[in-house]
Amino acid sequence: MRTFRNRLSALARAGLLAAGLGCAAGAAAQDLLIRNATVHTAGPQGTLRGADVLVQGGVIRAVGPGLAAPAGVPVVEAQGKPLTPALFGGISGIGLEEVSGEAPTVDMAVSLKDQPVRPEFDVTLAYNPASVLVPVARMEGIGFTLLAADAGGAFVAGQGGVVRLDGSADPVGPRMLFVRLGAGASDLSGKSRAAQWMLLDQLVAEARGKVPADSPHALLTPAGRAVLARYLAGQGRIMVKVDRAADIRQLLRWAQREQVRIAIAGGAEAWQLASELARARVPVFVDPLANLPANFDQIGATARNAALLHAAGVEVGFTQGGDASHNARKVRQLAGNAVAHGLPWEAALAGLTRVPAQAAGVDDRLGTIAPGRTADLVLWTGDPLDVINTAEQVWLGGRAMPMRSRQTELRDRYLRRGEGGLPPAYIR
Amino acid sequence: MRHLLLMAAGALACCVPPAASAAKFLGPDPYPSTYKPLPSEPVLLRNATVLTGTGQRLDNADVLMRDGRIEAVGPGLQAPADARVVDATGKWVTPGVIDVHSHLGVYPSPGVRAHSDGNEMTSPVTANVWAEHSVWPQDPGFAAALAAGVTTLQILPGSANLVGGRGVTLRNVPATTYQAMKFPDAPWGLKMACGENPKRVYGGKGTAPSTRMGNVAGYRAAFIEAADYLAKHGKKEEQPRRRWGRSGEDKGNGNGGKRDLKLETLAGAIAGDIRVHIHCYRADEINTMIDLSKEFGFQIAAFHHGVEAYKVADRLAQEGICAALWADWWGFKMEAFDGIQENIALVDRQPNGCAIVHSDSEEGIQRLNQEAAKVIAAARRAGIEIPPERAIAWLTANPARALGIADRTGTLEPGKLADVVVWNGSPFSSYALAEQVYIDGARVYDRHDPARQPVPDFMLGQTVAPQGGVR
Repeated sequence: MRTFRNRLSALARAGLLAAGLGCAAGAAAQDLLIRNATVHTAGPQGTLRGADVLVQGGVIRAVGPGLAAPAGVPVVEAQGKPLTPALFGGISGIGLEEVSGEAPTVDMAVSLKDQPVRPEFDVTLAYNPASVLVPVARMEGIGFTLLAADAGGAFVAGQGGVVRLDGSADPVGPRMLFVRLGAGASDLSGKSRAAQWMLLDQLVAEARGKVPADSPHALLTPAGRAVLARYLAGQGRIMVKVDRAADIRQLLRWAQREQVRIAIAGGAEAWQLASELARARVPVFVDPLANLPANFDQIGATARNAALLHAAGVEVGFTQGGDASHNARKVRQLAGNAVAHGLPWEAALAGLTRVPAQAAGVDDRLGTIAPGRTADLVLWTGDPLDVINTAEQVWLGGRAMPMRSRQTELRDRYLRRGEGGLPPAYIR
Repeated sequence: MRHLLLMAAGALACCVPPAASAAKFLGPDPYPSTYKPLPSEPVLLRNATVLTGTGQRLDNADVLMRDGRIEAVGPGLQAPADARVVDATGKWVTPGVIDVHSHLGVYPSPGVRAHSDGNEMTSPVTANVWAEHSVWPQDPGFAAALAAGVTTLQILPGSANLVGGRGVTLRNVPATTYQAMKFPDAPWGLKMACGENPKRVYGGKGTAPSTRMGNVAGYRAAFIEAADYLAKHGKKEEQPRRRWGRSGEDKGNGNGGKRDLKLETLAGAIAGDIRVHIHCYRADEINTMIDLSKEFGFQIAAFHHGVEAYKVADRLAQEGICAALWADWWGFKMEAFDGIQENIALVDRQPNGCAIVHSDSEEGIQRLNQEAAKVIAAARRAGIEIPPERAIAWLTANPARALGIADRTGTLEPGKLADVVVWNGSPFSSYALAEQVYIDGARVYDRHDPARQPVPDFMLGQTVAPQGGVR
């Protein structure tokens, strides 16, 4: 039985971990040449076989064949294995929820009795980079996630943003506003989805200054007006969780009328409006495993959703309906299943990398392998969209991340159970 | 008090579980199976990679089905003149997938209040309820599971109660009544639950149990009653061996010998007619429940969910108890916080270990093969290599064992029911799709033949739905 520690040392002997485990400080730890990989750039260059990637100062400097290693830069031999950008972990609450069933550990939604509509609510302020969920996701190749505000007291849920899972405390890029429509938010709109449009119209009017601030009917605080006004001015995208085709149709009309930039999460019936979504350039984050009529908003759910949307020209990303935080690592299974149901492989990889980075406004740094991008990279044992393969090494900002988590600590403790004749609590 | 004192004495007695009894405590099923296999023809699957479920992998092998049974498995089989020959070159063939933990039909799609029939949350011990009486056969989830190779599944009550009621094992064939799906002569399951759920549901109402110790007191009180009932109503050979189990002949349950559905089910579990399936996450609670089973003389078939099964994998193997587990669920509640991705592999590697991959999910049941693939991948990373011919047992032979139907299905062996899946390649892949599914030799699903793709009543006339129902 090879233990995990033995495996680590085997990798180190093979030179794979030449850059160390990310504990070393200084620029040297962020320099790296990955040689002879199958580089899936997720960008215009597509897939480059037998290519090298040079990283200096945590940034990708060059991509191509036969790159020379500058003096002192450690070299990793990829032996032809797939190298991808670090993956998007979906729309999640990583670092916002530790144990879903224990309310004091969950910070994803706000429910205030007086003035419940709080677009100024920003979940990224609750982000805990020390969460055990971070390494659990990261060692599976997840490099960034979109923290979402959940609908608590209002269907306009509040703001979230992108965090990189490298231990850094602050979000990157602009904030995004989260809105929930349809049956799932019916209780927050007077028991009818129709009232969601009524209330949205009122909120827009308030944010655009068409309702006096001291009106007894005002729903927004002054801060809320300012925040919503920014999104209405096209600064930042609104991510709308919606499934029913009829609601998506109303949403497209509303977005066009108000000139706001939107994206859709869920979108179980989005395939029915694929060409309209493509024309309006609305990216859709789907769950390819959601093929059942889970409720009356999702009667048209199909495993082919991603493929049909892509074929019509929609940019497709992925998100999941289940425990998206603890099981963020499941996103590549989602992508692989979309491929099994007709989505081209390159489009599926883009849905895990470039598309979410663009939708969140962080594509200048994340989501593709190209010079100038942050060196957030994953080397895989094989096709990353196939669950039979795993991440072999993750680099974030050019630093090799420890391929460990609380889960591997537990695993190794119980693999070594009995060693030393003492209870497992003595095994570290 | 009398019971408590007697139990203390009983706990000191020997701990040999009662021998499985051929004689039944339970009488004939008042809601009997009306299942009839769909029409079939002899079929020869030719030149496939065959995983038999017995630990064997046969490359370039054939599988011959006739009269609803597996007739032969091996290379170069002669095609009978009347057989339909399927060229399975490049395909993989496995036994039909079996899920020991499903709520299809009792928590169906769409998830409306009117169909929320899985938890009788009105009393912590509802051994009197039978999940089959809640099953909505039109649940579109059945057809979706069929398209994923699931041929047999156990429908269980939920986990709100200490004892949730009886589970039923179904053939995954489209039917108007659940009885037309009921697996003939399969034993029932008894659903029990440890930990957070029962104590949260009832503690939240200000009633017992509100703690884990309250949970255990609840199981014990129920089984004390059941032991009395069995002593009074059972044949001598099924009566519990514990001295505490026999109360005075005239005492009984004070019900004058009237039939009691709750105690009948619990007594059936003690007698071995009903197989005990326990929702239990934590290692310490799994251990407690094993001791409970010895205190009252019943055998546990499987622990379900068991995210900490890896911590007590040795004891599970020693006791011959299966562990039905997820590949990667964790963290959604405190008792799931110690989940690891190698859980199934660590249960499996014990001598006599019985690992099962289960779903508890209308999504997961469609991908039990991929769940197994994730375990293989995580185990490989930890230095444990698990070949496909071994892993396939997690979703075929081992669940059949836990359900008490291993003599009929779960493996590809001559004489077994012809429950067979033809996959488009290795089933242990994101890209794996079941192409053909056979139940009792009948082609009940074919990905390339719309005439063999059942469409649930619910999906008819839904203009927004993709053509052909659930896809």
